[in-house]
Amino acid sequence: MADNSLPLVSVRNLAVEFTQHGGGPVRALDSVSLDLRPGRVLGVVGESGCGKSVTARAMLRILDRNGSIKNGQILLDPGTPQQTDITALPGEGNRMREIRGGRIGLIFQEPMAALSMQYTVGNQLMEAIRVHNDPGKAVARQRVIKLLNDVGIPRPETRIDTYPFQLSGGLRQRVGIALALAADPDVLIADEPTTALDVTTQAQILALLRRLQVDKKIALMLITHDMGVIAQMADDVAVMYLGRVVEFAPVNEVFAAPRHPYTQALLRSVPNLRAPPHSRLATIGGAVPQPNARPKGCPFHPRCPDMMPGRCDTTAPAPVPPGQAGASCFKVEDAALVEGVAA
Amino acid sequence: MNMLEVSGLTKHYPINAGILRREVGRVRAAEDVNFTISKGETLALVGESGCGKTTVARCILRALKPTSGSIRFSPADGEMVDLAPLSKRQLRPLRRHIQLIFQDPYASLNPRMMVGDIIAEPLLVNGVASAERHRRVLELLDLVGLPAAARTRFPHAFSGGQRQRIGIARALALNPRVIVADEPVSALDVSVQAQIINLLLDLQEQLGLSTLFVAHDLGVVRHVSDRVAVMYVGRIVEVAPTVALYATPRHPYTQALMSAVPKADPLMRDTAAAPIGEVADPANPPPGCAFNPRCPFAIDRCRTERPVLRDVGAGQLAACHRAEELTLAGVG
Ligand SMILES: Nc1ncnc2c1ncn2[C@@H]1O[C@H](COP(=O)(O)OP(=O)(O)OP(=O)(O)O)[C@@H](O)[C@H]1O
Ligand code: SF4
Ligand SMILES: [Mg+2]
Repeated sequence: MADNSLPLVSVRNLAVEFTQHGGGPVRALDSVSLDLRPGRVLGVVGESGCGKSVTARAMLRILDRNGSIKNGQILLDPGTPQQTDITALPGEGNRMREIRGGRIGLIFQEPMAALSMQYTVGNQLMEAIRVHNDPGKAVARQRVIKLLNDVGIPRPETRIDTYPFQLSGGLRQRVGIALALAADPDVLIADEPTTALDVTTQAQILALLRRLQVDKKIALMLITHDMGVIAQMADDVAVMYLGRVVEFAPVNEVFAAPRHPYTQALLRSVPNLRAPPHSRLATIGGAVPQPNARPKGCPFHPRCPDMMPGRCDTTAPAPVPPGQAGASCFKVEDAALVEGVAA
Repeated sequence: MNMLEVSGLTKHYPINAGILRREVGRVRAAEDVNFTISKGETLALVGESGCGKTTVARCILRALKPTSGSIRFSPADGEMVDLAPLSKRQLRPLRRHIQLIFQDPYASLNPRMMVGDIIAEPLLVNGVASAERHRRVLELLDLVGLPAAARTRFPHAFSGGQRQRIGIARALALNPRVIVADEPVSALDVSVQAQIINLLLDLQEQLGLSTLFVAHDLGVVRHVSDRVAVMYVGRIVEVAPTVALYATPRHPYTQALMSAVPKADPLMRDTAAAPIGEVADPANPPPGCAFNPRCPFAIDRCRTERPVLRDVGAGQLAACHRAEELTLAGVG
């Protein structure tokens, strides 16, 4: 990768399980490793249930009560004297409260999840500023107005006193972004920030996120299931499947030469604005298995056109080494071996 | 031959307020909507949330009574009947001909009924005998790519894509002449969405269905439709054959909509500015052309006079004062 700056966050071999009534534990994350670097956008993509949101929530220690981190580390400022393992902190302790919002901001799919209906936009944003570093009421109010202006809300001096329910979906998401940025974090996690929005509003919000991320050199983790959003926004891409990162690569490589059979299939199944009329799409057979019915071996093997019997269905391929482009797949391992011999 | 001729279709929802629930305004959900669907044709109705797509679909299903306008439907070759003024009782024998495929494959199936019974329900209601029902259910399961054993299982045992297949089988049970599909794949993951789109394409070809396909995803629409109608704040602003609409949009809103779709190609990062502002409120649409506050091409006339939908050449209809003089960018 061109960028060798130290990551702000490194997730290593993260595993998360949920307990459920009348059943064994469900493994939502198996082994996830990711790096978030300053000024870069990591796109995290995968189908419903692959663990994108669980990864985000684990990083902020806001997993549902029945969920717990079973293995791995989430390192803030890795390789520096301030290195902190988030998994080792008390989830409700002071340090974690500082990190949440102060270092790592979160933007939700549905901005209403982060906003209260009973308080004005201004009160909520002022609260978020003052919790972390109280500059006094008057200064905080001025900062909120500036923040609202930064996220492209027209007439911020009057909008500051409105309630979230008085705003349109697009404006609400702008407030959600302002809230995530209130305490000036250098890491931002956006979990499907535009999925609930119309396509023209989505284009506006993506442009806004891009501008803020570049201006403030934020490390942005952008979670989406939309390959179009990935192509337009990401620098690097992590493709997830059943709680694992199955491929990691710079965005151009992922689209030009996807390595993993799942990435290849996913890209082929995206509808195309230039397709001939009535043309069929490439499909992936079957569906994502339930998390309590994880296949043995490679998690993708029951749906994989390249499955090698006796191998893919018995052992799991090695995870992608952190920070390197690659795929967790025997076929890809074999191809690399052949290349190595030829070289 | 037309299966459906919609003309002047208008639906207003009253806004009531105060203890007397007096009408204080109207949401103009659909205004003077006109289109036809011929036999075997798929017309897509696209637009952003609240533009009136679902209202139009529900009027055609007569789940709603239109405020005005006609919905002429062909129950048999050579016949036409206007559904708009009909009473519930008059509609009953006609309902079997127009069937709905739902958006949400989870909410639309009764969790306490076996799949076989869900699919057979419309047959039962229409007095089809037991042995024939059984035969038809097996035929339908096969048609939508589900195993015969699915008959005796409950919906929760199926994935989202399979549930959508069940919904499609039920919609096809009575050999309808028109299918209304309201966002049938928007709740599905892409890999599963692709399976369902292919199934719908196969069924269109095999059964010669006439379909109104309501969707917001222009990628999906490109694959399934013969023609596209674009709605904005209750009105159709452009109608064109699919290929022409994508290649040479004639309404600025169509162009904005297409340019806003994030292209799945990192080498084509959008430099085009995102359209400004947000969709207008249908209770209070701007005067003139409803798109004027967001339109980069708006002139004074656009702010006062409403443009009519008219032929602007090559079979494309557009409602824009400047359609003839503008050259808009498509996606080729
Ligand atoms: N509180 C919970 N209890 C049990 N299982 C859970 C819980 N939260 C998440 N899971 C499971 O963890 C897995 C990963 O879920 P997650 O929400 O991270 O998926 P996702 O990739 O964000 O999907 P989507 O695209 O639908 O948002 C899923 O199988 C999900 O069912
Ligand atoms: S390891 Fe085997 S089953 Fe898994 S993706 Fe690679 S080829 Fe397919
Ligand atoms: Mg999620």
